[in-house]
Amino acid sequence: MTAAVFFGCAFIAFGPALALYIFTIATDPLRIIFLIVGKANDGLKTINPDEPAPSMRLLAYVSGLGFGIMSGVFSFVNTLSDSLGPGTVGIHGDSPYFFLNSAFMTQVIILLHMFWGIIFFDGCEKKNWYPLLAVILTHLLVSALTFLNPQYEVSLVSAYMITVLTGIRAFFVAGGSRRSLKRYLLCQDKNFLLYSQRSR
Amino acid sequence: MATAGGGSAAELGSRGLLCLLSFCVLLAGLCGGNSVERKIYIPLNKTAPCVRLLNATHQIGCHSSISGDTGVIHVVEKEEDLQWVLTDGPNPPYMVLLEGTLFTRKVMEKLKGSTSRIAGLAVSLAKPSPAAGFSPSVQCPNDGFGLYSNSYGPEFAHCRDIQWNYLGDGLAYEDFSFPIFLLEDENETNVIKQCYRDHNLSQNGSAPVFPLCAMQLFSHMHAVLSTVTCMRRSSIQSTFSINPEIVCDPLSDYNVWSMLKPINTSGTLEPDDKVVVVATQLDSRSFFWNVAPGAESAVASFVTQLAAAEALYKAPDVTTLPRNVMFVFFQGETFDYIGSSRMVYDMERGKFPVQLENIDSFVELRQVALRESLELWMHTDPVSQKNKSVQSQVEHLLTTLEESGAGVPTVVLRRLNQSQPLPPSSLQRFLRARNISGVVLTDHATVFHNRYYHSVYDTAENINVSYPGQQSPEEDLDFVTDTAKALADVATVLGRALYQLAGGTNFRDTIQADPHTVTRLLYGFLVRANNSWFQSILRQDLRSFLGDQGPLQHYIAVSSPTNTTYVVQYALANLTGKVVDLTREQCQDPSKVPNENKDLYEYMWVQGPLNSNGTERLPYCVRSTARLVRAVSPAFELGQWGSTEYSTWTESRWKDIRARIFLIASKELELITLAVGFGVLVCSLVITYCVNAKADVLFIAPREPGSVSL
Repeated sequence: MTAAVFFGCAFIAFGPALALYIFTIATDPLRIIFLIVGKANDGLKTINPDEPAPSMRLLAYVSGLGFGIMSGVFSFVNTLSDSLGPGTVGIHGDSPYFFLNSAFMTQVIILLHMFWGIIFFDGCEKKNWYPLLAVILTHLLVSALTFLNPQYEVSLVSAYMITVLTGIRAFFVAGGSRRSLKRYLLCQDKNFLLYSQRSR
Repeated sequence: MATAGGGSAAELGSRGLLCLLSFCVLLAGLCGGNSVERKIYIPLNKTAPCVRLLNATHQIGCHSSISGDTGVIHVVEKEEDLQWVLTDGPNPPYMVLLEGTLFTRKVMEKLKGSTSRIAGLAVSLAKPSPAAGFSPSVQCPNDGFGLYSNSYGPEFAHCRDIQWNYLGDGLAYEDFSFPIFLLEDENETNVIKQCYRDHNLSQNGSAPVFPLCAMQLFSHMHAVLSTVTCMRRSSIQSTFSINPEIVCDPLSDYNVWSMLKPINTSGTLEPDDKVVVVATQLDSRSFFWNVAPGAESAVASFVTQLAAAEALYKAPDVTTLPRNVMFVFFQGETFDYIGSSRMVYDMERGKFPVQLENIDSFVELRQVALRESLELWMHTDPVSQKNKSVQSQVEHLLTTLEESGAGVPTVVLRRLNQSQPLPPSSLQRFLRARNISGVVLTDHATVFHNRYYHSVYDTAENINVSYPGQQSPEEDLDFVTDTAKALADVATVLGRALYQLAGGTNFRDTIQADPHTVTRLLYGFLVRANNSWFQSILRQDLRSFLGDQGPLQHYIAVSSPTNTTYVVQYALANLTGKVVDLTREQCQDPSKVPNENKDLYEYMWVQGPLNSNGTERLPYCVRSTARLVRAVSPAFELGQWGSTEYSTWTESRWKDIRARIFLIASKELELITLAVGFGVLVCSLVITYCVNAKADVLFIAPREPGSVSL
């Protein structure tokens, strides 16, 4: 479907991940390594003894994003390369919106991986098994939703709803609260310094 | 996929997940992986392209752009449908799917005139063949390379007297800037038409709605302008480049020849040794590449000559005949006499065992399968007969032919009343070099009887070769058709005439061609090459040359020897040679064997028939005089790529030739997708920046100083 569709779908699928990478990971090389490797080992500590060790939550977020990007790339790159050609899906009766829907689904998967990473790490740290089970079950649920394709309305809308719910849960797990959200939206941060140390 | 989550507690979970994952992969494999490409494209496998051919001054044929030409499909079944393509249609360029009967000069002129609206053309084969005849060749084949020119017989030059191929519209010699493909399979044509009916038909005159069904044709040709240009570029490449990019190849192959009495091929004949030459052509062509059924234009004549050779070799006193007989099958005669001009060139320079002065007389077989009222016409050259001695020799030749034909009532030999030029024939090239007495035998007195000369419709049907249905291929192989009987009669006449011309007297009327051989040859070359007889006469490594099903195509091509050349050589060896008791090693190298001489004979180790169990072959060694001799135009030997004396035909090289159909989306949908993509990217960047800038407000860290469990 030519270059317009190729770039459009690539941006839809990888836009959020790219934005997250540019602003949160690219600034710190250590985070890039966590992104790729997925876990740190002692060697890294010896290389950079002066830098404060990253927190568990940051590790969770970075590794979740890393897995999400890997999964997104592996599942979508093949489809993207076919979108460069002159033809679109449909000659055998499939839906002509195949590329758009694949792109949105990939975006959903990447975001979900990031949220799952945060929830899963937190569950493991607090030795709480219910979040782990929830992560695994929602993962299976979202994958099973793709069986409903090509009824894209059902599968995509449900996947987005699950993403929003998981996102909210991850927000709370990562340390957010209704109060911090209110403070953020009202641009208040003076009181914050009284409560806790900043930790990176 | 949240597999190894990083915590030790998740190890059990991860192993379970791994099992689940492998199960899912297995399931996916069982369901059959559905590649996205298969959802989009339907490849068209049974197509034949039109490629670019070049000669000294021009390029002919078709060509596409390097990344293929795409167009919305429009089916043209009557001439009025063309209006949509040329003016009315709102989504140019169009890919026209043309009915075979509409593939005429008139329609092609219209299409050529509006190349901005035409992306390409796909022609479907007309079943049955167009009733009015169809010939994409020119009306005067091989004009300018034959005998008659403005300096020799000007009243006959450029077919002033007779337009031999009167139905020819010259399409095959035009240059098209868009690709043209032939759709050989009716099922594929129906798939395309169904896609067109489903998506491309407009409702009540309004524009059809996207997505539309489109076709893409790839046939990018590397050579341009002319042979001079492409050969120059190729030679510069091969001189200066480590990895040369050759852009075109000369059309070349091998001629097949054999002698009735074996001669020493390492030297040349004595001037007193006289030879009667009988010649025919092996090749044909059509508008499309490598599609050349050539039933009437080539196959019928060389099959007749093979049968005549078999009959003549059986005569008892062959070894004592005063004169020798040379059977030669020229390759490349379609393209300005490549084979015959090369043989004359070699003869003049002493590179061929037989020289021009050894030729006593020349008999040529041209199109002989469509005889009307049993008549077989004898054409001679009027200009050379102005010389009295030549005239008396020709007279003697014609009388001999008539005497030999007297004993075969089903063939009536006729002379021509007025002085008429020779039809396009290899004899013309020999007469250019020397005044020899020659005759060309054809089924037509003036214009061709072949209404499908050099077209895709010159098939078995054109010469009335048909088989009753419900028979197995082996039964069809041995079924003697009427055409086979008629051609066998012509072969008998030819065989007897050659015997008499060679000086034989006693056994002339015992020479009889076998209709069974003729019918088997016709079946193999026109209907199905992969039959038991062809399999048994070929060498083992040439088995694949017979293809799977279907006839052989007789286009000269650029890689040699072609299938037809090999099969004709081995058939000639089988029909005229002798089985000798040699082992495989001896057969492949007979120099060590006493009494066997590689200069006199050619030794072939052939597969042989299947044994009674049908499991193994019984190979044997055949000794014959059937040989191959190189047939490349002398223009390439001499480096005269712009020659007007010798054939300069070359074929362009290409990388990729294929065709496929798919749906295309509207430009609006594509731009919307791009806009949405940009929107998502910009939104994500903005949101992430905002969240990241105030992340310390949003996310409160836990009380314990965070430490990574490493």
